[in-house]
Amino acid sequence: MKTFEHKVKASEGIHARPAGLLAKLVKEMNASVIISKGGKSADAGKLLSLMNLGVRKDDIITVTISNGEDTVYEKIKNFMDENF
Amino acid sequence: MRYQGKGVYSAVTIGKVQLFKREETVVRRTHISDVKQEKKRLEEAKRLATEQLETIYEKALKEVGESNAQIFQIHIMMLDDEDYNDSIQNIIENQHINAEYAVAVTSDNLSALFENMDNSYMQARAADIRDISNRLIACLAGNHQEQETRDLPDKVILCAEDLAPSETVSIDKEKVLAFVTAYGSANSHTAILAGTMNIPAIIGLGEEFLSQIKDGQTAIVDGYTGQFIVDPSEEEVLLAEKKIQEDLEKKQMLQRLKGKENITIDGHKIHIYANIGNMDQVGAALMQDAGGIGLFRSEFLYLENTDYPTEEQQFRVYRKVLESMTGRKVIIRTIDIGADKQVDYFQLEKEENPALGLRAVRLCLARPEIFKCQLRALYRASAYGNLGIMFPMIASTGELEEILSICEEVKQELDEDGIQYGNKVELGVMIETPAAAIISDQIAPMVDFFSVGTNDLTQYTLACDRQNPNLERFCDPHHEAVLRLIELAAKNAHAHGLWIGICGELAADTSMTETFLRMGIDELSVSPGYVLKIRDVVRNIDLSK
Repeated sequence: MKTFEHKVKASEGIHARPAGLLAKLVKEMNASVIISKGGKSADAGKLLSLMNLGVRKDDIITVTISNGEDTVYEKIKNFMDENF
Repeated sequence: MRYQGKGVYSAVTIGKVQLFKREETVVRRTHISDVKQEKKRLEEAKRLATEQLETIYEKALKEVGESNAQIFQIHIMMLDDEDYNDSIQNIIENQHINAEYAVAVTSDNLSALFENMDNSYMQARAADIRDISNRLIACLAGNHQEQETRDLPDKVILCAEDLAPSETVSIDKEKVLAFVTAYGSANSHTAILAGTMNIPAIIGLGEEFLSQIKDGQTAIVDGYTGQFIVDPSEEEVLLAEKKIQEDLEKKQMLQRLKGKENITIDGHKIHIYANIGNMDQVGAALMQDAGGIGLFRSEFLYLENTDYPTEEQQFRVYRKVLESMTGRKVIIRTIDIGADKQVDYFQLEKEENPALGLRAVRLCLARPEIFKCQLRALYRASAYGNLGIMFPMIASTGELEEILSICEEVKQELDEDGIQYGNKVELGVMIETPAAAIISDQIAPMVDFFSVGTNDLTQYTLACDRQNPNLERFCDPHHEAVLRLIELAAKNAHAHGLWIGICGELAADTSMTETFLRMGIDELSVSPGYVLKIRDVVRNIDLSK
């Protein structure tokens, strides 16, 4: 299991589009990725639930990866740096 | 009847009202016995809905562009969302209820979840959930062709509660003059669509108006003011027609002159920049094709605050302007505050003659800490673009020397702190006191450019208070004395290799453009809306004649 924190830089927070792209990525990799913010958690593979976290710019989210290949961590991290 | 809403696209139109009717599918709750069969029906409908969305996505891609079409890909993903599907299936399975009803219940629950979020963007997403659910229900009901283009009478003002994303795509855009809705937000698809179609739109009028209007009634949609006027008076129509005409002229001018050079018939080129007073106007300056910002009034940073804006706060604003202008010249004028533009926290003493008082650089020299804070922010921002700093109300070389040495101090401090700044920051003086114009030969060697502030130059040269309406006929900016001072400054500027611009109101006076060009003025800085007008005039001048 790997955990890291990410500060959201995208001016509009986690919008539908980046959330959708992440959900797609997570599903493709068959990984289990949980994103938490302020005591609420969402499965990153579930678009609606991810959007419901209401993550805004400058929020710090915790990303927990619990299974999947070693490359999952790197891919998710890169994705977040680029899109969130 | 007048209704007030929020204009989301600034344009005006007059036309006939058309209510947008939605064919509401009534969802009945029925008991089912074959759960397996019902789930199969659901899967089939989902497949069909996805296919429809793919088609709509392709259509939207062509009509409204990639970024606006993306919402339909999101819709496809939402349709496939686990929580959404689990909820529908659970209802079918546990309660033995038909799929249509299960979708409707799930739609209500999930959209309510979004509606209750404290974020207007996410609240607007509730419409997306309802949209995909309605599609799914229609597919379940065997209604497959609902997404075909809707029939509308020609050229109408479309009035609706709100438009679902897929509805905005299914509408025949050739036939829509404007959108008017009871609900919606600036984030709604109606607003986005109006923006891409360049047609007026008003949202948030409240639902009463829908029951008070009838198809075919004449109405005015004023996207500037957010006013929706049904059965307008003759005067109202005339006023609206005038606005439409003005918009049309502006648009034609834009099409004709955007991207063109500011060049006279005989090949003389000048710069036409924009005057702006806050961040919001940067977009207008770019849209009107200004070659740069010739005057950025930094006062708003102080006027909009309840305490001195910090260096960081200022830095962020300056940097943003510089970055937005992507390498084009941005001239920021240091604070021009005094007893005439009062800011409480400055605690300035009341003055008999504020126009002649402790203002602009005089105030800066009296309170160097405020000045240094602004200069530090400006120099830091200079690393991100093409910055010019301009000092207002200069009347002597002595005060200019003081100012320049403060600039040197600031740079030295930044060097010591290891903070980067641009190495080509131009420094300039506003020619707005007769004194500055008269000694412009002495000032010129000290700086990089001049910019004439014609409003103050006129009032000081002619001893006329420009705030006093009774003096209007005396306060003539075309006065020979004012023009001679400008000419003198231009001559001295060029003799020392400086460029000279005009950033006062006179710069936008098209009857003066040729005179200024003949004086050798290198730059005219005007409100964004005048940039192309002046370009048009310049392109018709022949200095060889």
